[in-house]
Amino acid sequence: MSKNTFKGGIHPPDHKELTNALASVPAKLPEKVYLPLSQHIGAPCSPIVQIGDEVLKGQKIAEGKGFVTSPIHASISGKIVSIEKKQHPGGNFVDCIVIESDGKDQWIDTIKPNLNPEALSPEELRTIVFEAGIVGMGGAAFPSHVKYAPAEGKKADFIILNGVECEPFLTSDHRLMLEKAERVIAGLRYILKSVGCEKGIIGIEENKPDAISLFEELTVNDAIINVKPLYEKYPQGSEKQLIYACTQREVPVGGLPLDAGVIVNNVGTAAAIADAVELGLPMIERIVTVSGTGITNPANLLVRFGTLFSDLIEQCGGYNGDIERLICGGLMMGKTVYTADMPVVKGTSGIVILKKADENKVREFNCVRCAKCVDACPAFLEPTTIVKLAKRGLWEEAQNNNALSCIECGCCVYVCPANIPLVQYIRRSKQAIAALKAKAKN
Amino acid sequence: MNNQENMLILSSSPHIHSPQNVTSAMRDVLIALIPALLVSLYFFGLPAAMVIATCVIVAVLSEIVAQKIMKRDVTVNDYSAVITGLLLAFCLPPALPLWMAAVGTIAAVIIGKQLFGGLGNNIFNPALVGRAFLLASWPLAMTTWTAPLDTITTATPMGLLKEASAQHLPSISQLFVGNVGGSIGETSAIALIIGGLYLLYKGHIGWRIPFTYIGTVFVLTSIFGAVQGLGIWYPLYHLFGGGLLLGAFFMATDWVSSPITQRGRIIFGIGCGLLTVLIRLKGGYPEGVCYSILLMNVVTPLIDRYTKGRIFGGVKKHA
Repeated sequence: MSKNTFKGGIHPPDHKELTNALASVPAKLPEKVYLPLSQHIGAPCSPIVQIGDEVLKGQKIAEGKGFVTSPIHASISGKIVSIEKKQHPGGNFVDCIVIESDGKDQWIDTIKPNLNPEALSPEELRTIVFEAGIVGMGGAAFPSHVKYAPAEGKKADFIILNGVECEPFLTSDHRLMLEKAERVIAGLRYILKSVGCEKGIIGIEENKPDAISLFEELTVNDAIINVKPLYEKYPQGSEKQLIYACTQREVPVGGLPLDAGVIVNNVGTAAAIADAVELGLPMIERIVTVSGTGITNPANLLVRFGTLFSDLIEQCGGYNGDIERLICGGLMMGKTVYTADMPVVKGTSGIVILKKADENKVREFNCVRCAKCVDACPAFLEPTTIVKLAKRGLWEEAQNNNALSCIECGCCVYVCPANIPLVQYIRRSKQAIAALKAKAKN
Repeated sequence: MNNQENMLILSSSPHIHSPQNVTSAMRDVLIALIPALLVSLYFFGLPAAMVIATCVIVAVLSEIVAQKIMKRDVTVNDYSAVITGLLLAFCLPPALPLWMAAVGTIAAVIIGKQLFGGLGNNIFNPALVGRAFLLASWPLAMTTWTAPLDTITTATPMGLLKEASAQHLPSISQLFVGNVGGSIGETSAIALIIGGLYLLYKGHIGWRIPFTYIGTVFVLTSIFGAVQGLGIWYPLYHLFGGGLLLGAFFMATDWVSSPITQRGRIIFGIGCGLLTVLIRLKGGYPEGVCYSILLMNVVTPLIDRYTKGRIFGGVKKHA
């Protein structure tokens, strides 16, 4: 058992057995895709195509202004039929480019493999990553080329690939690591080169022993890339916790990973980068785990961006009985959505569907000061103290108790025997503190 | 399939909860007390059974009545009143008149718990409030001990130590099993250790309070014993001869009245140990567990305030 881990955290049941042995299969080619103009953090894109245009797979159809943005490519070939508002898994209604498939699924002919990728300079690599529309695939969808750009006075000592996937039910990264291990490692080498860094770490939790041994095999005698098996614990996939587990470094409060000399990327992002650099492929698809108690045939599907959740659910045999919750992402940090009529975007790692449970809704007790939340908090906060202040509207006091350092992992709620919605109160505190700050500025 | 989606629940993450709740945790505490309960019934028989039954029943009734009067939800289903009654009975003499036990229990539940706002808001361990109340009210009855498997009066090991009548002391193995005079539930070291380990295993208590508490008592009494030229038996009597194990595993670890910070729990345990030794060796009473925990309960908010930890990333630390 590995000792590499962070302090705090919890051990929720992982339910990964439903899908971790199922190889990813391509989802049925969708008849229509809905590509939101914002699938990333940063400036939203504007369409560069018109309604009625014929587009080919891989063709750039939208781009944004500025440095922190990421272009969007057609994920199927066909005709642009409309640009309309659609529910986005992130919560808002977002303009989407709607492509109706021509059934040919034909690549654009400008895509060519790069015959000598080794010769590319760091700048050229970053340009390729940007042009391919690559964003972090772990969920936050931050444009990758921005992370690799040199920052003044800061140097990356390590690039860490996040192969933790600590959320219950999700197995998309696990399958990707097994099926595209070479691509992941190749991608990591390009990232190292584009950043000018000499050490790469691939952090994988011990509940994926097959992935660990595969990567150890592929990196044996490798002086640059190291595989770190990590003790299984949630939320190890959280960036700061992963950095600590791999390097024992702490990202300073309010700082970025680079302040601790580290850049973290998802394993899927690395594989996408290898595809972009060597094959010239833009990012148009990803593996999505469709799982949970409320789906008939759980699966790992290779899905084109813009495919509707409802298409995937239908392919997985539909709902299994009465369902209660549709979650975009995992059980611990995923967002519940109210409809399956929304598209898969670059950051969609999984869809978890929960059957109606005859759980006895337990009432909220008084806090009994058991301190389980304090022991579980990976940010070393006192969740119960913040919540008691929040319940009285004492926002400044909540801020003094470091409410803003909460990473919203939900460990406190999971362990609370009194069923207090701790992280929800802390989220409320963060909003109120932000509002107070905004008020103070005016 | 779309009809179903009309019934979807929107909720803020996380969407799962551990199977534990207050009630299941309290049930585990009751399970942990079963070994000590069985031993006490064996050695002290019917009188002890009567005291235990009185305390538990009166505790539950007091809670119901108090909550009805205060127009609060009745929460006896969470077992916390049962535990208060049982723990109080465990630190009473087996032959205590039942009406006294009842009055003590009412004090524990009403004064110790409900007047502060119920479970979670009490600043003292309610059972210990009941015991302190009884000791102040009827000191003679509270210090009249019966011998195990008999009805003759006897002294507790701690009492014998205090009087320095070492030649009458029971053997360590008797202490371990519980075949000595003392409070109903405190005499059997082995039963209490089994219960304590179960709570540790279940994660309801941490190691910090019981280990620092017991460790402090052991270290200090070892030093005292060595200075007096006494053997290793001396600190062992302090560990197993009084209420220390019951206090350290089941009373000092009370969630509500002990600190929530990790460093705070260590300070709390050491403080309990210091005060216990001080009362036992220098005070007027032969036993100091009850008051030491109550005194440390008082400073719990202060300990919490001054032991707030560094937050993750709060101090730059490059490996």
